[in-house]
Amino acid sequence: MTAAAPGLWPPTPQEVVFLFLGLVAAGSALLVVTTKQIVHAALWLVVSFGALAGCYLVLTAEFVAWVQVLIYVGAVVVLLLFGIMLTRAPIGRSADLDSGNRIAALVVAAGTAAVLVTTVVAGFSQVYTPLVPGQGAAGSLGASIFRNWVLPFEALSVLLLAALIGAIVLSRTDIGGKD
Amino acid sequence: MHVVYPAVLAALLFSIGVYGVLARRNTILVLMSVELMLNAVNLNLVAFDVWLRDTLHGGQVLTLFVIVIAAAELGLGLAIVLAVFRNRRTVEIDHVRDLSERDDPPGQAGEAPEPAPVPARDGAS
Repeated sequence: MTAAAPGLWPPTPQEVVFLFLGLVAAGSALLVVTTKQIVHAALWLVVSFGALAGCYLVLTAEFVAWVQVLIYVGAVVVLLLFGIMLTRAPIGRSADLDSGNRIAALVVAAGTAAVLVTTVVAGFSQVYTPLVPGQGAAGSLGASIFRNWVLPFEALSVLLLAALIGAIVLSRTDIGGKD
Repeated sequence: MHVVYPAVLAALLFSIGVYGVLARRNTILVLMSVELMLNAVNLNLVAFDVWLRDTLHGGQVLTLFVIVIAAAELGLGLAIVLAVFRNRRTVEIDHVRDLSERDDPPGQAGEAPEPAPVPARDGAS
C-alpha cells in the first residue's frame, strides 16, 4: 500500500514467523489427507488448526485466533474423535482409507493448486500492508458484530438451533417418522 | 506482511482439502478435508480484512460466522454419518451407492436384482 513497501524477499520477521507457521499448517494438512491411521489424521488436524491460529495471531486477528482454538481445536476435533470412536473405525494402520481414485484426485488437486496459486500470485504479488496491532481485538470486533452485523448474528443463532435440533433428531433412534 | 503469503497458503490448504475430499474413502476423513477447505477460506477472509482495513470488520466477522456454520455442518454431518453407520454398518463412501447410476452387470441387463433393503430405522433399540 505504501511507497516504501519492502520487497517480497527477504521477508520481514513477521513474514518469517508466518511462513514457518504456514509450513507447519500445510505440512500437517498434507499428513491429514495422506496418513494411514484415522486417529492420527484427527490429531494432525489439531496441529494444522493450531498453526492456522498462530497465522491469525501474526495477522493481528487475535479474537479470531482464540475462537479458532476454542471451536476448532477444542470442539470440532473432539467431535471428530467421537465420530471415529462411535463408527468403530479401524484403530491403527489400515490400508483402505483411500478410495481407488487417488490419481484422479491428485490431478484435480494439483490443477486447483496451480490455477489458484498462479492467479493469486499474479493478482497480489505487489500488495503490501503493514500490520497494526489491535485491529482484531475482541472489543472492536464485538462492537462491529453487535452494531453492524447483528441481523446475520441472530439469523446464525437460529441456524445453530436448527442444526442442533436436526442433529438430535437424526441421532436418536426412538424418534421415528410418522409412517 | 505481503498479502500473497496468506493467499498462497490458503490456496495450498484448499487444494489439500480438495485432494482429501476426492481421495479419501472414510466419511469422517472427508469431513476433516472439508474443514481444511473452510479454514483456507477463513485465512483468506482474515488476510483481506487486514489488508483492506474494513471499518465494519466484515472479513473477520464473516470468519467467525463461517466457523460457527462449520461447527453446525460438522455436527449435522456426524449425525448423518452415525445414522448411516447404524443402518449399514459402514461409513465408507464408495459402499453407499444406492443413488448411483450403476452399470448393470452383463447377462442381467436391466433386471439386476436390487440389494435387500435395509430397515430405515432400528426402531426401539
